[in-house]
Amino acid sequence: MNKIFEVPMYPYEHHADQDAPFPARRKVVIIGAGPIGLAAGIELAQQGIEAVILDENDKVSFGSRAICFAKRPLEILDRLGCGQPMVNKGVQWNVGKVFFDDRQVYEFNLLPEEGHQRPAFINLQQYYFEEYLVNRVRELQAQGAPIEIRGRNKVSAIGTHPDHVVLDIDTPEGSYNLEADWLIACDGAGSPTRRMLGIDFVGRVFEDNFLIADVIMEADFPTERWFWFDPPFNQGQSALLHKQPDGVWRIDLQLGWDIDKEREKRPENVIPRLKAMLGEDVEFELEWVSIYTFQCRRMEKFRHGRVLFAGDAAHQVSPFGARGANSGLQDTDNLIWKLKLVMEGKAPESLLDSYDSERTYGADENILNSSRSTDFITPKSEMSRLMRDAVLDLSEQYEFARPLVNSGRLSVPCTYDGSVLNSADALFDGPARTRPGSPCPDAPLGEDFLLPKLGNEFILLTIDAEAPDEIEEAGITVRRLALSVKDDRTLALKERYLGNHDSGVYLIRPDQHVAARRASYDDNQFRAAIRRATGME
Amino acid sequence: MSDILILTPNIAEADDFYADLLAAHDGLSKAESDAFNARLLLVMANHIGERAILKQALAAAALQPKEEQS
Repeated sequence: MNKIFEVPMYPYEHHADQDAPFPARRKVVIIGAGPIGLAAGIELAQQGIEAVILDENDKVSFGSRAICFAKRPLEILDRLGCGQPMVNKGVQWNVGKVFFDDRQVYEFNLLPEEGHQRPAFINLQQYYFEEYLVNRVRELQAQGAPIEIRGRNKVSAIGTHPDHVVLDIDTPEGSYNLEADWLIACDGAGSPTRRMLGIDFVGRVFEDNFLIADVIMEADFPTERWFWFDPPFNQGQSALLHKQPDGVWRIDLQLGWDIDKEREKRPENVIPRLKAMLGEDVEFELEWVSIYTFQCRRMEKFRHGRVLFAGDAAHQVSPFGARGANSGLQDTDNLIWKLKLVMEGKAPESLLDSYDSERTYGADENILNSSRSTDFITPKSEMSRLMRDAVLDLSEQYEFARPLVNSGRLSVPCTYDGSVLNSADALFDGPARTRPGSPCPDAPLGEDFLLPKLGNEFILLTIDAEAPDEIEEAGITVRRLALSVKDDRTLALKERYLGNHDSGVYLIRPDQHVAARRASYDDNQFRAAIRRATGME
Repeated sequence: MSDILILTPNIAEADDFYADLLAAHDGLSKAESDAFNARLLLVMANHIGERAILKQALAAAALQPKEEQS
């Protein structure tokens, strides 16, 4: 039986643009139909903006690749109309075990905070993730939304101009030219777009190789994350076992730097390693094997005129902490509403520079966190290893050392502290987690939840406060969502949005980040906040 | 608790403490002693807890002249 990643999902089709006497002009062209490119296209199409996604391939991700999707991306996917199938299919887990040498040193339960619609994260193969996004594209197309995926359309050259770009595209039937008002490059870590534009990409290379194997087994392993430091079956290195849907297990083995990659990938070399780890008697089938190395680096700028970079094309991190696809989805979530306002002439083009400043800030935070995990997992000096082993030895007996064990920190969205789009915090001593720049935390509202009600437009959230039902400022319409602490009997809404205050008013951006907040509505202040959040002052 | 690192004598029966410290390493190999020291450091750091104090302790251990400490 063919695996889903072996079937063309968007096979090549001839398009009228290929026969046009002059290059056709499209609103937004996206290069790359991976998770980030698809998410960008869906958000644009939902907003009624024409999006053409080009991909040199015609299939979803080969192999499982990204497998951990955190709460924030799931909340973004809800707004893209495809969070539910991901959560339905994904595996949820809370228990993790940490092993050192030949013994278990401790076990933990994540005990995620109550009062959120979405779990802390799910494990899901990237090919399913992409399949559900492609399904959503098909659904939008059926509704007449302006979105298409052109498979086997490989961009071979890019010409940049002040108000558009020109693309040379190779297809199985020859090449053609296409113009775009805006180009979003989501073409991955090796981004050909970056190379074609000759843009530098520097950072830290980690000299290590990791073998990833997806195995199908009917073993009695519980749904837990197991992480080994220096185990007998992979001495001096690390190992990870993680469950995915369909009885597929992700196994990640650190191999070190000086290895023969082709040799290590061969089943006759992989299988004995896995048997040593899983036990001689465990029956399994290899689904996919890959060897990867990684770098922690980002582009200096994510915006280059009319070309915007997102996802791995713009920044790369180590895989520890699941910050690749997760942060890429936050890129396009940040970008698309700004691009829409600029395209509609409702905001100055400079608003897009805040995409650059906010998301490079986010990328730096991710690079910092994942580099720290990498330094703990793969110590690069004698002293670093000594300290790491001391932490692990202590963690077996003393609780205090367990927070120092770093096998990857859970991906959480960054707060855009200091962003030019924020207004000064005027809910004095309000909860820190909802200060301007913060991603809105969810809260229960009886049977429902807060985040779906915030939607993907600017919104004025009032909690036990008076305000107009709608404000229009400089072409931006802001609808009010009126709530009361009484709407949430668990008091999570009060705790997360009011703290010691009796009332609160929040201006919330389309990407559900807080732009401004105060205890009560003030017309001048909130109008200024809307202008500031849209780059108009 | 003060947020200034104590750098004046503060250990009661200092000679006894120093003897305990050396005795803890008796019979240990160099590698075992290094590991012991690393564990001891982490246990003590956790007890202190205050980031400000820990930063001053790191600077003090580096034997930085006083005016360069921040």
